[in-house]
Amino acid sequence: MPIVLIAEQVLNGLQFGIMLFLMAAGLTLIFGVMGLINLAHGSLYMVGAFAAAAVAGWTGSFFLALLAALIAAACAGAIVEIVVIRRLYDRDHLDQVLATFALILIFSEGTRWIFGSFPLFLDIPDYLAGPVTLPGGIQYPLYRITLIAAGLLVASGLGLMIAKTRIGIQIRAGENDREMIAALGVDISKLYTLVFALGAALAGLAGALVGTIQSVEVGMGEPVLILAFVVIVIGGIGSIKGALIGSILVGLTDTLGGVFLPQFFQLFMEPASATSIGSSLASMAIYILMSVILIWRPTGLFGSRP
Amino acid sequence: MKLKTVALAAALSLTSAFSALAEPVKVGMITTLSGGGAGLGIDVRDGFMLAVKKSGSKDIEVVIEDDTRKPDIAVQLADKMIQSEKVDILTGIIWSNLAMAVVPAATAQGKFYLSPNAGPSALAGKGCHANYFNVAWQNDNLAEAAGQFATETGYKNSFLLAPNYPAGKDMLNGYKRFYKGDVNNEVYTQLGQKDYAAEIAQIRASGADSVYFFLPGGMGIAFMKQYAASGVDVPLVGPAFSFDQGILQAVGEAALGVKNTSQWNKDLDNAANKDFVASFQAEYGRLPSLYASQGYDTANLILSAMGKASVKDADAFRAALKAADFDSVRGNFSFASNQHPVQDIYVREVVKEGDVFTNKLVAKTMENHSNAYVGDCNL
Repeated sequence: MPIVLIAEQVLNGLQFGIMLFLMAAGLTLIFGVMGLINLAHGSLYMVGAFAAAAVAGWTGSFFLALLAALIAAACAGAIVEIVVIRRLYDRDHLDQVLATFALILIFSEGTRWIFGSFPLFLDIPDYLAGPVTLPGGIQYPLYRITLIAAGLLVASGLGLMIAKTRIGIQIRAGENDREMIAALGVDISKLYTLVFALGAALAGLAGALVGTIQSVEVGMGEPVLILAFVVIVIGGIGSIKGALIGSILVGLTDTLGGVFLPQFFQLFMEPASATSIGSSLASMAIYILMSVILIWRPTGLFGSRP
Repeated sequence: MKLKTVALAAALSLTSAFSALAEPVKVGMITTLSGGGAGLGIDVRDGFMLAVKKSGSKDIEVVIEDDTRKPDIAVQLADKMIQSEKVDILTGIIWSNLAMAVVPAATAQGKFYLSPNAGPSALAGKGCHANYFNVAWQNDNLAEAAGQFATETGYKNSFLLAPNYPAGKDMLNGYKRFYKGDVNNEVYTQLGQKDYAAEIAQIRASGADSVYFFLPGGMGIAFMKQYAASGVDVPLVGPAFSFDQGILQAVGEAALGVKNTSQWNKDLDNAANKDFVASFQAEYGRLPSLYASQGYDTANLILSAMGKASVKDADAFRAALKAADFDSVRGNFSFASNQHPVQDIYVREVVKEGDVFTNKLVAKTMENHSNAYVGDCNL
């Protein structure tokens, strides 16, 4: 196996992981601060992608499309929090799962009403299209490099916000003791709406960025949502750092497992069964990773609560 | 007075004779109308209802339900349609796994099932049934045509890509049945996977001279966009499921020039097809897809059988269906002994007409093509 191919696959895994991080960050914040399991997070990802596709169609500007994705997802998030989610904080997790599952159906059918049943067009802008040659002769799509850079930028911005700003302090305090920060005079319901909108905006951004190279269609968020849950369980619920490390672990495991496991089995098996066993094992790889990490650290890599 | 009685009696006997033929038929359509993949079900429904509307027949009643692409819901709907709606014919299912859940039970209860899309090999071979007709294709058919095309083009070293589920494996087997060159690599991806960077890197490193892929719906959109962006220029070929009218607009430029195989295209030169394409556009304001053409043919087949026999007389109705005495939009159309189509399959190329991405016919690769499972079916 040439080293160039391995390097390219590592970059692919990294890029996949970083996009997962944008989803997982919002999910883990919402779970950490409000104790809410939000299954509708994938719908906010879809809202971002559809908003981006619509605006890109009208204006032709990719930058405006991303902006629209952020705004639309944040607004959808804030509205959902105020109208529905706010009533669920004191309920148990089963009620939350039921209500947010209903939101998935409402979002999916609502989107289908507005945009129709056929996938929308959203493509890479010309200035980001095509491959570039990296040191070592690796041909890699420019857009994917941009995704890695953009994701890392958002991750560091988010890290700084949580660590240094006043709102970050409130979020961390909210994770530790909700009643106490309310008693200290922080407007907790405003904080919740804000965190929810922030998480939604990140999901919407991920939807737009990923929808550009994948497909913009109803139901696009749910497969990603499952992976995002795996990520936050691995990383430790509520931890942004855990979400970042977890995403990259999941991204690398999934990508490298898919490529190398079939080839590994070909060393000592006939090609047809090696391909089929390797592919099946590759689909399980991230769940095996999750089990191993949970056996070693039952609260995840950076989970604090017992 | 007497004359009047005679006339009345004659009129009565005439209507009763007429109604013996045109016995009202109740059709239950279970298809995917919401969620991901709804575009396919909507096209089948719209094609079917267009044929019903154009026929002007008052004797056909259609009950439509949404299976949301879930086998358990499809089974519930089938039970409801058979037991409380008392339908005579079931149709509409898009996905092979849903068809496997519904069709054997429905045909065992004496209902007719006409498939407008799914054609799993299990229902074509040993599992074939006298009341099961497939009006679209056996799953392997379009893949076989792609293999034939690759052989004719002189491809010697193909890289094969499909999702890891039964239809994905059928589609690779179908290709390999008619492709005479070497297989460079066979890669099975996860069903629903949307990121193909890893597979594209493998293609780049493989040295293959062609890529055969079966990635229906959103998976195909994602793959083709990423493939175009990667700068890899190994030619692609595949069955029509990644190139239907519903998804081509979402793929855009990235699909231009790609060859794909289908039993139908909008520019097939026959009167029935011209009429279908024009009236579909007039009715719904968009171009029809191959799924719409299959729904349209299914309805016309039912209507043709209704004109010949009463649905209450199962043997006569079955014979009328099997005769396939209708003007298919595909031109040549008949049933093989396992009641799957014998038809021509074509190579198409993705082109841009004005602002719309669509397919144009390039050549006929297979004439009167049947399927590999006829011998296993003892009908």
